[in-house]
Amino acid sequence: MFGRLSFDSIATDPIVWAAVGLTASVFVLATGWLIYKYGFLWFFRGLIYMWKNWLTSLDHKKIGVMYLVIAAFMLFRGGVDAAMLRFQQIVAGSGGEFISSDQFQQVFSAHGTIMIFFVAMGFMFGIINLILPLQLGKRDVAFPFLNSVSFWLFAAGAVLVNVSLVLGEFSAAGWLAYPPLSGIEYSPGVGVDYWIWGLQIAGLGSLLSGVNFMTTIIKTRAEGMKFMKMPIFVHSVFAAMMLVAFAFPILTATLLLSSLDRTIGTNFFTSDMGGNPMMYVNLIWAWGHPEVYILMLPAFGIFSEIVATFSKKRLFGYTSMVVALVAITVLSFTVWLHHFFTMGAGANVNAFFGIMTAIIAIPTGVKVFNWLFTMYRGCVKFTTPMLWFIGFVLTFTIGGVAGVILSIPAINFQVHNTLFVVAHFHNMIIGGVLFGYFAGFTYWFPKIFGFKLNERLGRYAFWSWITGFLLAFMPLYILGLMGAARRIDTYDPSMGWQWLFIVAGIGVVFIFIGIALQVIQLIYSIVKRKENLAGNDPWGGRTLEWQTSSPAPVYNFAIEPVVRERDDFWESKRGGVISDKSELIYEDITLPKNTSIGIFIAACAFIFGFAIIWHIWWLAGLMIPVFIACLIIRANDEHTELVIPASEVKKNEVEKQRTHA
Amino acid sequence: MIQQHKDMSKASTGFWIYLMTDCVLFASLFATYAVLKNGVWDGPSGAEIFNLPYVWVMTILLLSSSFTCGLALLAAKNKNRLRTLWLLVLTGTFGFSFLGMEFFEFFTLINEGNGWQRSGFLSAFFVLVGMHGLHITAGLIWLVYLMCRIGMRGFTDQSMRRLSLFGYFWHFLDIIWIFIFTIVYLMGVGNI
Repeated sequence: MFGRLSFDSIATDPIVWAAVGLTASVFVLATGWLIYKYGFLWFFRGLIYMWKNWLTSLDHKKIGVMYLVIAAFMLFRGGVDAAMLRFQQIVAGSGGEFISSDQFQQVFSAHGTIMIFFVAMGFMFGIINLILPLQLGKRDVAFPFLNSVSFWLFAAGAVLVNVSLVLGEFSAAGWLAYPPLSGIEYSPGVGVDYWIWGLQIAGLGSLLSGVNFMTTIIKTRAEGMKFMKMPIFVHSVFAAMMLVAFAFPILTATLLLSSLDRTIGTNFFTSDMGGNPMMYVNLIWAWGHPEVYILMLPAFGIFSEIVATFSKKRLFGYTSMVVALVAITVLSFTVWLHHFFTMGAGANVNAFFGIMTAIIAIPTGVKVFNWLFTMYRGCVKFTTPMLWFIGFVLTFTIGGVAGVILSIPAINFQVHNTLFVVAHFHNMIIGGVLFGYFAGFTYWFPKIFGFKLNERLGRYAFWSWITGFLLAFMPLYILGLMGAARRIDTYDPSMGWQWLFIVAGIGVVFIFIGIALQVIQLIYSIVKRKENLAGNDPWGGRTLEWQTSSPAPVYNFAIEPVVRERDDFWESKRGGVISDKSELIYEDITLPKNTSIGIFIAACAFIFGFAIIWHIWWLAGLMIPVFIACLIIRANDEHTELVIPASEVKKNEVEKQRTHA
Repeated sequence: MIQQHKDMSKASTGFWIYLMTDCVLFASLFATYAVLKNGVWDGPSGAEIFNLPYVWVMTILLLSSSFTCGLALLAAKNKNRLRTLWLLVLTGTFGFSFLGMEFFEFFTLINEGNGWQRSGFLSAFFVLVGMHGLHITAGLIWLVYLMCRIGMRGFTDQSMRRLSLFGYFWHFLDIIWIFIFTIVYLMGVGNI
């Protein structure tokens, strides 16, 4: 009846229960406090309000915020995992044990999976959702309903990965689960299945998002916004989404084959019976390498916007920026083999991939110089987003140089699978990707919520982060060169590595202080929001999103803007035309209606994945007709739009102008 | 009118991009098949199990269904409901027969002990061809839905839009099948 699932599947580990208990008690306490303070009825109404206005919303801004919320929670989870790993490595230096080897393997697998799929991807899709339609001067993405489905699939994947804490176990085969280790023979438990289905479901969401945003950029742009007049962030999203559309199907296929190997006994990646484990490694990196650029490119776009805004200058080398983006998009598909030079593909193959990898540094270098030249002789304001940018340039350049070193196969053989590699990609993903999304979050926060984040606390958070980051990862370069393999949980104390791990551990503490300061910054800014109210254009922005009011109304623009040139808003500000909003002519606005079908579809996917993990075949089978029914209900719904009458729009706009004046 | 045109152009662009992602999915499976083609272990090779005339009939069935699907789209453009429905029924019948033949082929192979567990080659074969079959199944469900819709409500803008998207999908699956027929069956039988 319930396949492999039984009462014995419930985790018994004290650390897990401490974590789950803590989370649950915080949740219960918070709920209890709210009910006590405001009464049950208020709480119940609040839940209904959340359901009606947020969870079922098709508004891209709300979906973006929900992405960010999940990403923030997952950042905390992944961060705790990281701290546990580092602490074990410190303790191991004196021969102690904090967590067992098996737990250590599960924790680093979870850490990598969560940080890439649910933190970095979550922040990325969150910020794209928030800003893309606004920058395009439009009211929503091309397919708002699909957007909701994508988000909820992402959420379902995140929940599935976290369910593994309590029911069963998580994969202990690393964040990319190479076979034969991840095969049924060596990983007979449910861990790898959780990994597969968590990623498969979230990955399908990402794939659909990719299709959605590509169509949005191709088809829904403000009138007059030609391709070369688009903001550079839009270009970067377009490049990244192109990569999503071409890379994620490979992930879907690979995960599918891997799950078939595990559940119905096919022989794709087995070592015998004609299977080929190295094919898995090739396939997963044919997705995995573009994936890092998927994360990186939108961050490049964010920095381009920020640097131009805070230098009060037009972005230096717009065209070369676009060309560089396209070059990276193409090149990123030609380098995947550098992740396994040691496979034994031969000198010529390795040489090709080594050279292609080194070549990617050229367009990336072009970008760095473009940003620096934008700042040159600009009127630079060192706000928090700008600080993140400067931290990014520093760390990203170090990481990039390490990457070029790694691209040389001969050197790569020496440091393969060492902490040097770990240091390199954390340099890129934290110093590059994460800093980028933090910067973007701070920069666009006022547009979504109507008030600015506190600058002073933001600066403190930045300095904690950058200090912590350098302390945590620079020692890993040294450790890697000293020969410390990645993913080690024990080592001989006579190696003399412990002090470097301790330094790295201190770095982790600083990073946690940084995260705490960000939380405090958010809470403080919400409490004091009246003092920090942002006008339409708090930073002196250049692109269309700053033209509408803050917080952006549900319809984004009362009158859809018409674009004449690049940085159109900046140019029109220079023209000095300020219109009286009561004299403009408004039209009825059609918006998509909220719907809960997206949630039900994702719930189907979740139950389907869960059922297959535990071999509850009837439940998995049942989900297919339910899923089809959901689609048919949606397809038959003919009232998917609602109209905001022109008079209401006018009232709203005039009122806003009055309060801001 | 402008709004409808915009909706159609958005939907078809989005659907095209989706089809391209599906194309990459199939490309991955084709690549897998190419790698594992000689991984027959102690099982049979393609030349020993493929029945070319049988697969040729399947191919003709699928191509005919694509042809009638195209005719149905033309009939829909002329707002001829009866003819559209009739042609769609034909499309579905061809598609369903194709699926039945594929199912029987799989069934026979498994019964002879040549299931997907036997070797890497057979795993790749079953999953590549089966993935196509799964798409056909999804297409048939979509087709039945569209027929009910058009039968009950006639030609709305929405159903016209969906019908032409279905057309894209169906022709796309046809093209994939041509590749399967060539790479899996013809090259398999010819031992290329």
